[in-house]
Amino acid sequence: MDYNTRIVLIGTVMLGVSSGVIGSFAVLRRRALMGDALAHAALPGICIAYLVVGRRHFAAFLLGALVTGTLGVSIVSFLRHKTRIKEDAAIGMVLSVFFGGGIVLSRIIQNSPGGNRAGLDSYIFGKTAAMVSQDVMLIAAVCAAVLAATLLFYKEFKLLSFDRGFAAAQGWPTMRIDLVMMSLLVVTTVVGLPAVGVVLMAAMLIIPGAAARFWTDRLGAMLTIAATFGAITGAIGTLASARYARLPAGPIIVLVGTTIFVFSMLFAPRRGIVARLITRRALERKTARQNLLRTLYELAEPHPQRRPPCAPVALIRVRAWTLHQARRALSNSAADGHTLRCSDGKYRLTESGLTAAARVVRAHRLWEVFLIEQAHVAADRVDRDADAIEHVLGSDLVRRLERRLVELGRWPADDNGTPPSPHAISHESAMP
Amino acid sequence: MTLTADEYWMIAVGALVNASCGVLGCYLLLRRLSLLGDAIAHAILPGLVLAFMITGSRDIFPMFIGAMIVGTLTAFLSQSIHRIAKVPEDASMGVVFTSLFALGVIMITRTARDVDLDPGCVLYGLIEFVPLDVVTHFGIDAPRAFWSLLIVTGLVIAFVVILYKELRIVSFDAHLATTMGIRAALVHYLLMAMVAGTTVAAFESVGSILVVAMLIVPGATAHLLTDRLDRMLMIAAIHGVVSSAIGTLLAVYWNTSVAGMMSVVAGGLFTVALITAPRYGLLSMWLHRTALTVRVVREDILAMLYRWQEKGSGVFIGSDPSTAGSRVKKDSRPLSPAQVVRAVGGGLTVRFAVWRLRRRGFLRTEHDAVTLTHSGLRRAKGLVRSHRLWETYLAEHFDLPLDHLHAPAERMEHFVTPQMRERMAADVADPTTDPHGRSIPE
Repeated sequence: MDYNTRIVLIGTVMLGVSSGVIGSFAVLRRRALMGDALAHAALPGICIAYLVVGRRHFAAFLLGALVTGTLGVSIVSFLRHKTRIKEDAAIGMVLSVFFGGGIVLSRIIQNSPGGNRAGLDSYIFGKTAAMVSQDVMLIAAVCAAVLAATLLFYKEFKLLSFDRGFAAAQGWPTMRIDLVMMSLLVVTTVVGLPAVGVVLMAAMLIIPGAAARFWTDRLGAMLTIAATFGAITGAIGTLASARYARLPAGPIIVLVGTTIFVFSMLFAPRRGIVARLITRRALERKTARQNLLRTLYELAEPHPQRRPPCAPVALIRVRAWTLHQARRALSNSAADGHTLRCSDGKYRLTESGLTAAARVVRAHRLWEVFLIEQAHVAADRVDRDADAIEHVLGSDLVRRLERRLVELGRWPADDNGTPPSPHAISHESAMP
Repeated sequence: MTLTADEYWMIAVGALVNASCGVLGCYLLLRRLSLLGDAIAHAILPGLVLAFMITGSRDIFPMFIGAMIVGTLTAFLSQSIHRIAKVPEDASMGVVFTSLFALGVIMITRTARDVDLDPGCVLYGLIEFVPLDVVTHFGIDAPRAFWSLLIVTGLVIAFVVILYKELRIVSFDAHLATTMGIRAALVHYLLMAMVAGTTVAAFESVGSILVVAMLIVPGATAHLLTDRLDRMLMIAAIHGVVSSAIGTLLAVYWNTSVAGMMSVVAGGLFTVALITAPRYGLLSMWLHRTALTVRVVREDILAMLYRWQEKGSGVFIGSDPSTAGSRVKKDSRPLSPAQVVRAVGGGLTVRFAVWRLRRRGFLRTEHDAVTLTHSGLRRAKGLVRSHRLWETYLAEHFDLPLDHLHAPAERMEHFVTPQMRERMAADVADPTTDPHGRSIPE
């Protein structure tokens, strides 16, 4: 790896870390696109700085970008609070009008003698490969500032990100904390511009934080993961564009980030789409199994111990199932060992199936009784509520409820320990 | 300064772009989707490049289709990631459009390097070169971009006219629209497709930045000026045309980017509207607020003088048992103008209010003593009556402690109409004293 690539690599990695950390806060505070507006609003500042200084001067550019970027953000905030313009329109307006102004000024500069050397184009599209050690030093300083501020004000930032009203009520200087966060965002955006350009800077800020959010519910972990993602995208993007000619680094960095985002979105534990689907499927299956057991039990009443066989057609008369769903539920329960398929296509509960069914029915009716007696719920709504709650109830809670009902003398147990349903069960027609 | 024919064509092309974007932008603004317009304008890049790669030409129609597909996809993906993966809406939009834009930039640099589809043109367009590419239709020589934009503008107008009712209901109340049998999602994606299509037609001439400006700024300007949708669409279109004309003139004058100048002018027009709009403008809001402040101060002065005179005349009957029924020490010395100003809080507004009251004959100043005139006394009586009736009413209906009555009454007295006052009096059985024991003037 040659010296230049190493310099660029260090720069993009550190840029990834700082934008990942500060971008996480922006994502949490629903301000993801503020970075976008800021990046666009920085352009006229850079141009004005060039017109004032007369040459390419990095510190001056930075100052100019800071001034107009902050102005843009303040205008967004002003329009949102003091006029009938909503935040999204305010961001869009600041973004496009400031950028239009930047284009106007940059064209004027390019038409002036020596203007071609201003290198303003690199601020619009980013020239990662053109990074020099001076740029990297600056990025390092910003990165250090972001990390130091985050460590120092961790508690304050956390409070502000999740409950601003509470922070204010506790007497924290929310305005000043907000200002610190905003300044860090501005500074990060401005030093990132020459590396990835105006449009893609937004991606550097948003993607690591949004991807990290899938993996954790804790802020500390989220910041660490976002910083790591930022570093990884910077490194892979730089290496890929150094290896293959005609691959611009900025877009590659963003696409690496997108890949990480999509992977996180799909496969993160708990919050990922696949994990969610699996959880939901499991819950649906559990619900269907319990509903089936209870239905079989209730159809067999008043003598459930006899375990009479039941046809799939009989199920669809009492439950809102299609014949197909009823058949599937029955064959699933046979696989679980709760039912046996008889030769005529009917199913009957096994011994263990009967025990399981009795438990489900008991929990269900406990809730029905509880909701009627204690919670003052209208009797016709009990069945649905009880159904829903029964599937998420733990067995120890059920036992506590049982004890409570026994204490109250409301435990109308029959000979096999299952209390009768407080509402009439409409299965007369389904009885064999 | 005289304009060349080329510059007239630039104005015409810009006007068509701005008007059609402005009209569609109104709907985006009302539905708080302005940033989706921004996202689509950036994200259609890969659609354009793909269309270019497949057909090998810069013909407008394949690009139109490519952009519409990718644009609708952008809206769909942002929405889905937000809904299914529970990512905040702005973040999901940010991820989608930056990723697609990055993809587009890579596709351009990989495949179309030597073709005149460069990223710069994508951002700020090449309206300066538009007049060079002339095509003749119906015996008229006009730039190619003009013809395609004419079609697009026609389509936009047709879209808005045919679906006027549906778009309006969906914009203001999507749930109502659904209950009325309008397919809100279909209308939504049609709108997105129109935005993407307009964007692509505008792309090569003005670039995505001006498109974003024109999707948002005219609608926002019109939103400040009116509450009616039809007028809003009109104003947005006019705003677009005007910023095209002024923008081109200024850009030619300073020899700079036309598209950039148009968006700056659009922003300038917005600022003017923001300051001067009749109802929602900063100036008119400030004037309304100031007028109200002055009126409140004026009324406070009148009521204060009334109370002073009342106290001085000794008819005051305190609720304090030690003074109840007894005559209070008489102090009818009138107040000096300086004392009046100090009593109501002081400051420029109060001085102005005193001056206005004197001008309108409510106050009289003789030998450095301020007294109420006959009409001033009548106004003051009305105010104090409102105040004390309101206290009585509050005490009767809300069971508030005595020391909690004054503050709300102090605020209410300025907004009670005579009719309200008499209904209040009837409600509390027309008392002669308030809960503090002070008499209620007739």
